[in-house]
This record gives sequence, structure tokens and C-alpha cells, in this order.
Amino acid sequence: MAVVRIPPVLRASTGGAKEVDASGDNVGDVLRSLAQTHPDTEAQLFAERGELNRYVNVYLNDEDVRVLDGLDTPVGGSDVLVILPAMAGG
Amino acid sequence: MSPSGAEYIRKIKSEIAEVDPTDAHELVGNGVAFVDVRESDEVARGHVPGAALIPRGFLESRIDGAVPDRSQHVVLYCASGQRSALAAKTLEELGYENVESMTGGFTLWKDRGFEFDVPRNLSAEQRERYSRHMLVPEIGPEGQQKLLDAKVLLLGAGGLGSPTALYLSAAGVGTIGIVDDDVVDLSNLQRQVIHTTDRIGTPKVDSAQATMNAINPDVNVVKYETRLDSSNIMEIIEGYDVIVDGVDNFPTRYLLNDASVRLKIPVVSASILGFDGQLSVFAPYEGPCYRCLYPVPPPAELAPSCGANGVLGVLPGTMGLLQATEVVKLIVGAGEPLIGRLLLYEALGATFTELKVRRDPDCPICSREPDEISDDEMGVFPDYDAFCAAAG
Repeated sequence: MAVVRIPPVLRASTGGAKEVDASGDNVGDVLRSLAQTHPDTEAQLFAERGELNRYVNVYLNDEDVRVLDGLDTPVGGSDVLVILPAMAGG
Repeated sequence: MSPSGAEYIRKIKSEIAEVDPTDAHELVGNGVAFVDVRESDEVARGHVPGAALIPRGFLESRIDGAVPDRSQHVVLYCASGQRSALAAKTLEELGYENVESMTGGFTLWKDRGFEFDVPRNLSAEQRERYSRHMLVPEIGPEGQQKLLDAKVLLLGAGGLGSPTALYLSAAGVGTIGIVDDDVVDLSNLQRQVIHTTDRIGTPKVDSAQATMNAINPDVNVVKYETRLDSSNIMEIIEGYDVIVDGVDNFPTRYLLNDASVRLKIPVVSASILGFDGQLSVFAPYEGPCYRCLYPVPPPAELAPSCGANGVLGVLPGTMGLLQATEVVKLIVGAGEPLIGRLLLYEALGATFTELKVRRDPDCPICSREPDEISDDEMGVFPDYDAFCAAAG
């Protein structure tokens, strides 16, 4: 089980949870597992054809999955996925 | 029988290594640390360029800050070579392995016609005001002079801009520009600590200036009571050394990014919402830009503003002061700036998380040369019109 850190704007979709455990062997599986448990996150994470929305940054530990293998990046049981949207508040 | 002072110095000189000024001159700029152990009134008339200035009486307490590596080659000098000989002995006892005292000191250095810097003198009032900066080796008189010469632009005199403006003024940043077209509102005062209750209704730039100059009359506050847009941004930001981004909307953040890349001005960027803050430094062509991190903004429903969703009043203080710290580091050239790294602060859990930010080789802006970026594409992103319509 990997830990997925939920940003504030998505917490309404996870019942307020800041962290959610989700299973899967790669980033795509973990996020789809998250979306299965918390269906409201799906439209915010994934675009129509199943790829990540461009405005959603996902990090495996401290590295952007875009510079790894994207949704195919392997995930281990002790890994942390960080979902990070841009914020503009000042 | 106890030795005389002169005998003692002769003895010490026989025990330490000395270097002739002509040989020492060859070492300038070759990674050798020059340390001037004279008093500040002597240094005021000139010193070897790049030398660390540590009066001999402070040598033991300050040398670690100036030369942390015991194996580094150190050349010490004073006026004539006597105090520096004693200082060399001290450094050897502290474990420095390669220490030399310059014979004839700065007097002989100057007589041989070698170059030297004359520090621009701070006034007595400035020396007192910034005395705690002078004591920090990473800043010192040279760093303070850089701060006094620096021009920093603050975008917004709001939540993030308030603490940044307060501390950069106190630090003696010589010129601080502020862009804000808003007036002080009662609901601002929970976090925008540069403003006061009796200034409600006053333009924020005026209110900010009053507080900043009350803290430090040295600061030249340049006010821009306007909104940044594509027609004025290049004119406003040109000439500033560092920009502090605390704006509250995405279109301006993208616009600022594109303009700052064109002008190669580093941006210290922070954003806040609720109990969460983000911070990074975008140094054009040296590290990633804002678009490398966020190619497109989130849709409006995923990007609420502090006005719509609220923010802990202390949070912009925390994030704004981290910004101010990065600004000072960039100006004086100290430490490792937060370039290519994104710092997340989550106040409820009291956690900091650091993420890597890479340059995007396909970045629509910073993968190109500055003069290839046209006015028309600045601040524009896919679905820009729909985004702005939805955001109202």
C-alpha cells in the first residue's frame, strides 16, 4: 500500500482525509485505486482518455512522475505519492 | 626571563609560514581565502579584493563562519605583518593546515601597486542599525552594501507582501517597489500586518510606504498603484534585481513568469491557501520557470482564492518571511537558493516537504531565447479565455 497525500482542494472528495492508503504497482494503478475508493477525485485527476490532467502534478516521493515514467512509474509499498495542484493565493 | 613583545613576535614568526605580497597576489582568485585581521577604521581605507574582514580580536569566534574548511589555503594580513603572524599561529592551533601570513602586510601590498577595494562607508547610524548583519560572516559590510544597493519589486502589498516588505525594509534593501491597486479593507487586517486600522480606505501602496519608512527611512519606496497587465509589466519590472511574487491570481502569475524570463529577473514565488503554502525560486535559464512547474493552471473550481476559501492569518507571515529570506540570500549571494526545489508547508500537521522541480525542455517560454518570446504570447496559456471567464 502506498500513501497518497491529498491537497486541500481535493480533501472534500476524500472525506477530509489528508492522506489515503491506496494499492497498486504503478502510479496509474494507485491513483485509479484512489479514484475507485473516492469517486469524486476521478474527474479531477484524470482527463477523458485516462491520462493525468495536465494541471495535476504528481510526485513519487520528491520526483515529478513526468520525468519518470508517468503513470507507468513503478510504486513500492513504502512510497509516498504527492498530488499537487497549483495555488494562486497571496 | 620573560621575552619582550618584539622577541615574542619574532619567535612566532619563526614558527609560522609567511608569503611575500607578490606571491600572494598570484593567489587572488585561485580559491585562496584572504583574511584581513585589521580593525575596521584601517580597513575603511582599503583592503585586498574579496578578503574576509575579521579584526584579530574576533578571529577565534568568526573564522569558522568565514573559512569553514580547515584544509583551505588561508593568507592572513594586517598592516605590516605582525598581527597577521600572531593570527596565523592562532589558526594553526585551531587546526588550519595551510596558513600563511603576508609579509609587509597591506602597506607593502599597496606600495607594490596591487589592486585593492575601498569599502563604501556606511554612516555611523547605518553601522549601528545594521550591526547584527555586520556580525554575520555571510553578510558583513559588503553584504549590507549589496542590500542597500539592491532593487526589489513586491507584487502585492497583501498577505505575502506585508511581512516581506516589513523585513526587507528593516534589512535595508535600498529600493523596494510595490505594485498594488487596492485599498486597505477591514478584512485584510487579520493577516496583512503592514496596514493598520486607521488606514482603512487608504491605498495599500501608501499605507505600506508609511510603515516601511517608519521602520527604516533609508528605504526608497517606489509605488505603483496599478494592476499588472501585459501593457505595463515590462516597463514596471525592468531594472529590478529580484521580484517577489505574492499575487492572488493565475493570469498574473503566468504573465509575470513570461516577462521575468524575458528580462532574466529571478522571482521568489509563494502561494497560500487555508493552512497550506508553497514556495520556490524561479531563476530564468538557471533553473525551471513557473511554467515548467505548472504548465497550465487548474480549473477555477480547483483553484479557489483566499477570498473565497479563507486562509490562516499567520500563514502568509510564515511564507512571506521565507520569501524575504530567499531574497536576502539572492542579493548577498549566500547559501543555496530554493532554485529547482519546491517547498510545501502544511501548518496543521506542522510539516515541510521538499519536491524537485526540473526544467522542462519543451517549456513554451524558457526553452527559447528571451528575444524569441513575443508580447502577444506573454501570460497566455491554453484555454486562457475560458479560464478567465470562469474565474470571473
